Amino acid sequence: MTTKTLDKTAPAHVEERAAVTIEVNGKPLEAKPGEMLLGALRRAGIQVPTLCNMEGLFPSGACRMCVVEVEGMPNLAPSCACPVTAGMKVQTHSQRAIRARKTIIELLLADHPDDCLYCVRSTNCELQRLASELGVRQRRFSGERRRLKEDASSPSIVRDPEKCILCGKCVRVCEEIQGVGAIDFVGRGSKSQVGTAFDESLNIASCIYCGQCIVACPTGALREQSHIKEVMAAINDPEMTVIVQHAPSVSVTLGEEFGLKPGVDVNGVMTAALRELGFDRVFDTGFSADLTIMEEASELAHRIKTGGVLPMLTSCSPGWIKFVEQFYPEFTKNLSTCKSPQQMLGAIIKSYYAEREKLDPHKIFSVAIMPCTAKKFESGRGEMLHDGVADVDAVLTTRELARVIRMRHLDFHALKPETPDTPFGERSSAGKLFGASGGVMEAALRTAHFLLTGKELENLKVDAVRGLKGQKEARVKVGDLEVGVAVVSGLQNARKLLEEIRAGRRDLHFIEVMTCPGGCINGGGQPFTTDTEAVRARMQALYAIDRDEHVRTSHSNPAIQRIYSEFLGSPLSEKSHHLLHTHYSEREVLT
Amino acid sequence: MSNTLHEVCCEKCWHSPERPCPDFVTCLNEGPTCHEDKHCAQDRHSRLLAHRRDKVTQTVIYVGAGTCGLGAGAGKTVQAVRAHLARRNIKADVIEVGCIGLCSAEPLLDVQMPGLARISFQKVTHEMVPELLDSIMKGTVPHQHVLGQFRTSKATAWQGVPFIDEHPFFAPQTRWVLANCGLIDPSSIDDYIAAGGYQAFASTIKTQTQAEVCDLVEKAGLRGRGGGGFPTGRKWKFALNTENDTKYLVCNADEGDPGAFMDRAVIEGDPHRLLEGMMIAAYAIGAAKAYVYIRAEYPLAIDRLRMAIAQAEEYGLLGDNILDSGFSLRIVIKKGAGAFVCGEETALIHSIEGKRGMPRPRPPFPAVRGLFDKPTVINNVETLANVPGLMQMGADNFAALGTQTSKGTKVFALSGKVTRTGLVEVAMGTTVRQVVFDVGGGIPDGKEFKAVQMGGPSGGCIPSQHLDIKVDYESLKTVGAMMGSGGLVVMDEDTCMVDVAKFFMEFIQRESCGKCIPCREGTLRMLEVLQRITRGRRTEKGTDALERFQGVMYLNRLAQVIKDTSLCGLGQTAPNPVLSTMRWFRHEYEAHIYERRCPAGVCTELRTFHIVADACTGCGNCKPKCPTSAIVGIPQRIHYIVEDKCIGCGGCADVCQHGAVVLADAPPVEVAAVQVEDDSVSGLFSSGTFKGWHDGKGLLQK
Amino acid sequence: MSATATEARNDAIEETLAAYPNAGRDSLIPILQDVQERLGYLSREAIARIGEHLGLPASKIFGVATFYNQFRFQPLGKYHIQLCRGTACHVKGSLSLLDAIRQELKIEPGQTSKDGLFSLEVVACIGACGLAPVMCINGEFHAAMTTQRVRMLLEEYREGAQENV
Repeated sequence: MTTKTLDKTAPAHVEERAAVTIEVNGKPLEAKPGEMLLGALRRAGIQVPTLCNMEGLFPSGACRMCVVEVEGMPNLAPSCACPVTAGMKVQTHSQRAIRARKTIIELLLADHPDDCLYCVRSTNCELQRLASELGVRQRRFSGERRRLKEDASSPSIVRDPEKCILCGKCVRVCEEIQGVGAIDFVGRGSKSQVGTAFDESLNIASCIYCGQCIVACPTGALREQSHIKEVMAAINDPEMTVIVQHAPSVSVTLGEEFGLKPGVDVNGVMTAALRELGFDRVFDTGFSADLTIMEEASELAHRIKTGGVLPMLTSCSPGWIKFVEQFYPEFTKNLSTCKSPQQMLGAIIKSYYAEREKLDPHKIFSVAIMPCTAKKFESGRGEMLHDGVADVDAVLTTRELARVIRMRHLDFHALKPETPDTPFGERSSAGKLFGASGGVMEAALRTAHFLLTGKELENLKVDAVRGLKGQKEARVKVGDLEVGVAVVSGLQNARKLLEEIRAGRRDLHFIEVMTCPGGCINGGGQPFTTDTEAVRARMQALYAIDRDEHVRTSHSNPAIQRIYSEFLGSPLSEKSHHLLHTHYSEREVLT
Repeated sequence: MSNTLHEVCCEKCWHSPERPCPDFVTCLNEGPTCHEDKHCAQDRHSRLLAHRRDKVTQTVIYVGAGTCGLGAGAGKTVQAVRAHLARRNIKADVIEVGCIGLCSAEPLLDVQMPGLARISFQKVTHEMVPELLDSIMKGTVPHQHVLGQFRTSKATAWQGVPFIDEHPFFAPQTRWVLANCGLIDPSSIDDYIAAGGYQAFASTIKTQTQAEVCDLVEKAGLRGRGGGGFPTGRKWKFALNTENDTKYLVCNADEGDPGAFMDRAVIEGDPHRLLEGMMIAAYAIGAAKAYVYIRAEYPLAIDRLRMAIAQAEEYGLLGDNILDSGFSLRIVIKKGAGAFVCGEETALIHSIEGKRGMPRPRPPFPAVRGLFDKPTVINNVETLANVPGLMQMGADNFAALGTQTSKGTKVFALSGKVTRTGLVEVAMGTTVRQVVFDVGGGIPDGKEFKAVQMGGPSGGCIPSQHLDIKVDYESLKTVGAMMGSGGLVVMDEDTCMVDVAKFFMEFIQRESCGKCIPCREGTLRMLEVLQRITRGRRTEKGTDALERFQGVMYLNRLAQVIKDTSLCGLGQTAPNPVLSTMRWFRHEYEAHIYERRCPAGVCTELRTFHIVADACTGCGNCKPKCPTSAIVGIPQRIHYIVEDKCIGCGGCADVCQHGAVVLADAPPVEVAAVQVEDDSVSGLFSSGTFKGWHDGKGLLQK
Repeated sequence: MSATATEARNDAIEETLAAYPNAGRDSLIPILQDVQERLGYLSREAIARIGEHLGLPASKIFGVATFYNQFRFQPLGKYHIQLCRGTACHVKGSLSLLDAIRQELKIEPGQTSKDGLFSLEVVACIGACGLAPVMCINGEFHAAMTTQRVRMLLEEYREGAQENV
């Protein structure tokens, strides 16, 4: 794991001014006046550790790990919050600075459980790594430790406050990126901890289970609610047919867990690994993404034609759904009634597929490999049951899948790629695009254009909705109609857009919302990274697949055509409504 | 008082907030200025004199009713005065003034009779009132209660009564900021104006540009009185030169340092001085809105301030287009909610914004980006209260007082083991010895001076060998102390310096915001080290002793890192109380660490008591008080203490009426002194004389 | 809690909020102070309602309220003891006063005695250092205290409470 990044997000006004020269460790270094020292150091490949810094957000200055010696300053200066000035002289690794960093880590360890061997973050914990790098070899400070209770109440996220080092990243991501604010610092001083209102458990808080806090957390204080045990039990149960589906973004991130660089597609190897693990069928959620597009594009066309509620909002991101239900209940009627691809495939497996294969739905254990922690919550929603049978029985995050593969000691590099099972292993590249912010929109536009005009979109690639920007908008000609579309990711951006609509904005027909910034490739269940370049590489991998493959629209996926002709009839048919659509309701939480 | 100064005397004498007159303040003092009218002029003059009270036509009785006065029973005294006047059918004005500064002599009551100088009495409890008033009104001075008389040329002095300005408490002082405190009626804007108030503001906005004001303040050498000592004028310039439509001024009255109460006393005693200072500062930086961030623990000060703001608004000194100058200002009170760290500028800003009061990194400095992201100047109460006087006397006169780098005066809150406690204002450059021994009257009960703690939790201790150090920002630092906000706590031989360090670490630890790691975790570990070395051996087990020594070994390193890396001033100075006491009182630490002994007999777990056989009468009073049943003995026989069981709580010593229970390792005489301390009345102003005053507070009389 | 008591509390909250129309976050602390002054503490409902009024998550309000010493989440006892732990008071023995109160009432700072009579709060500094050591019961100052006088005083308050019954 690396924290090294290229600072592409420096504000424009910084770029304009002429560069200045500073002296770092005795060598000259070019920097932009006014930028923070940390950015300049990182660009030059000089690593200074941090525990609380978050790219693109105002420096919090809490952890003090990035302190450096600056000539003329009486105290060590935090490089994250120290603006560059011409001629400044910096020592990044003087004895004084190293000793300070080491002492800070020792102080953290004095109030930290000594259970690295049992910790889910062992070997990829920031605290552990820094302790090792700084050569901490003794317990220098001893004293009373905080005794706090673990909170495992939520279906998605487990909090272990004893391991929390109060860096505040989870609090900031929840408030500033996701616009939720389910948690905050509670109390003061050495008694402070991160908690919900009234220190209640997470399950009754306004948490949307997106898991961005887990990704932000440098230690094991936050982790996903694991389903590994249930999955292994099902695999070992001879009575059970264990069927697995994997989300579009998983194949481009899983490799990172095995030392591959970000953005390598390991779809075939992953399929092989899943078979090795004992899954009876391996399906691709990309198939049901195509199915979602068929239903959702039809729903959009229907709403536009019949004067239904607009703008229509996508419904495949479960954190977003909970967000609307609790904060913006008046917008539930704008949400597409389509289930998410995970739940659609789950429903199809336990109905159409069970019928076809003559399987008892009760004897099917349906597992989804997801980039997401909120999917665990989604699979347990009451609306996702049919006659007491859940559409999906267990959800593993990308990270959990990697753990299972390691537990099985599979040599990921030696596995031969395999192809998925039919009929739900076939997908279009449009379905694959679901993994990145803007992908649902792009796929939907391709199919909606076809459904409304009978003709394919001239240029299938819709650049305006691609990329990592938090909010993207476009106006697209569909026949005579000009459709206004918007794509947002990171719910703080969604909140802004909803407020605009609340205030009277009327020019949008269709809005794609992904809970996590950048979409599922940066989901709360993905391999740990704090590096936007890694996220960008994951996104590029999906775009490459779309560029290179032939079946690029959902409606041209033969498996999709088959399921409609054999089973569902047509989009929005009664059967689809029964299996593939759902409803929403206002949700009372402790907001 | 019948007339307010504001009242119009004729049709031409107009002034209202809606229709401001640029010469309003001058007019009140010398007016009318716009027309000639003998009647008007006379009328104004007599009103002004009435508020100035140089001569009075009927008796005026002043009672010091600041928080400290009220704490000492001034409320009852005021009631008694009124009741007595009614009973005797005497017409007299009763004015509740702020604190004149001599807390240990409260309640203070002054009497000013027509033609006679104002005379001040100390410790006037309510039951003393009738006799005292009867006596003085007959012209007989009850000398045993006199504090002194005020010097005046306008009235006859009392025979044989010392002048208050010759009183050892007041004589060494230079009272600029406290000039009006305890003298004028703080609830009357007229009294303030009659005493020369608001003239500086009126002339400043009329005659000086913003930059000129900043220059003048910088030239005068006024530095922040809240602790850091940053040049005030330069701070104002930063904000003035930052371009923005909206700027704010914030007065920091979140006086959180334990042992400091200057701000409270200034606001309670002379709120308009602060307002005038704020008005000038706001004008200088171009702020149209100012906040006073004040501790909620100061209800009286808040009331006084609220009243003062309302009066200034009524007089058109706050609001839109003040004195027709085009300058507008509103002042808003924000009550703090109890967090010491909010004294830090950025934490204070967050608190006003409704957030957790956690500091953020600087830069950007508040003068560039502060409250609601606007340029903001934050000044402490004393700093701002210095401004009106400074403007009036001019930069040169202000700078003439003090030392090379520290100009003007400094207010201190003198407390602890000192004979006279209270509020003291001395010229910069005065020695600490003068403050403690001349103003404060030295240590009561014949005890030995040990140290004076300055600057609160961020400051340090000054030992006796450095008592001649001057009050000056730079020189105080050379001995590890700091000016801080001005808390000055005197400690005597009975004070344990390790215990003092532990006290401050506990405070800092409790008040640390918890944001940055070195302060949050580091101060906790430092506190634990101190706790370990003051904890008894009895409870030590396993590796405790090893951890105790290990902690001591790394104490210095830890302190250095906390200083070097903490986010805000609170953390950066957090180790000071420990470093400073270690520097000057190393031997006391060593006694605790190596000998497991507290020389001052304060750290209870390191104490062991024993019973002096000769003195024990076998009364048995001590036995049931012992929580660990360490006392053995049968009635009428000598008792003794099982050392291994004794936890040093001293409960036995408290109840022993024969002085038989003494500290095991201290000479018996000294212990006897500890024991009777609360009952001693040896010092003139010692705390013991408050004995039992609360009995009159109503509960028993219900 | 009876329905009318709950209603009265809700009214108090609503009345307080009505004084802050269109308020922003900077009104949060004043609102919390006002509500606590009327209710004696911050109830769950109050925090939720304030959050709604200001458009702030309850977690943020709880975070702010737990940061400052002033705010309480339980009702106070009949007598609110504030013991000053400032430097001057400490030097003059306020720790032994604290111990005496602890022993006498069997409560720790921040707690209320079982009979509901006394709540103990330790304050950093009341600012009456000249009269140290100081404690304050329901706003009334008691200066130059000793352990014996603390015990007497508590006894007086206790008897006073019984007489009132």
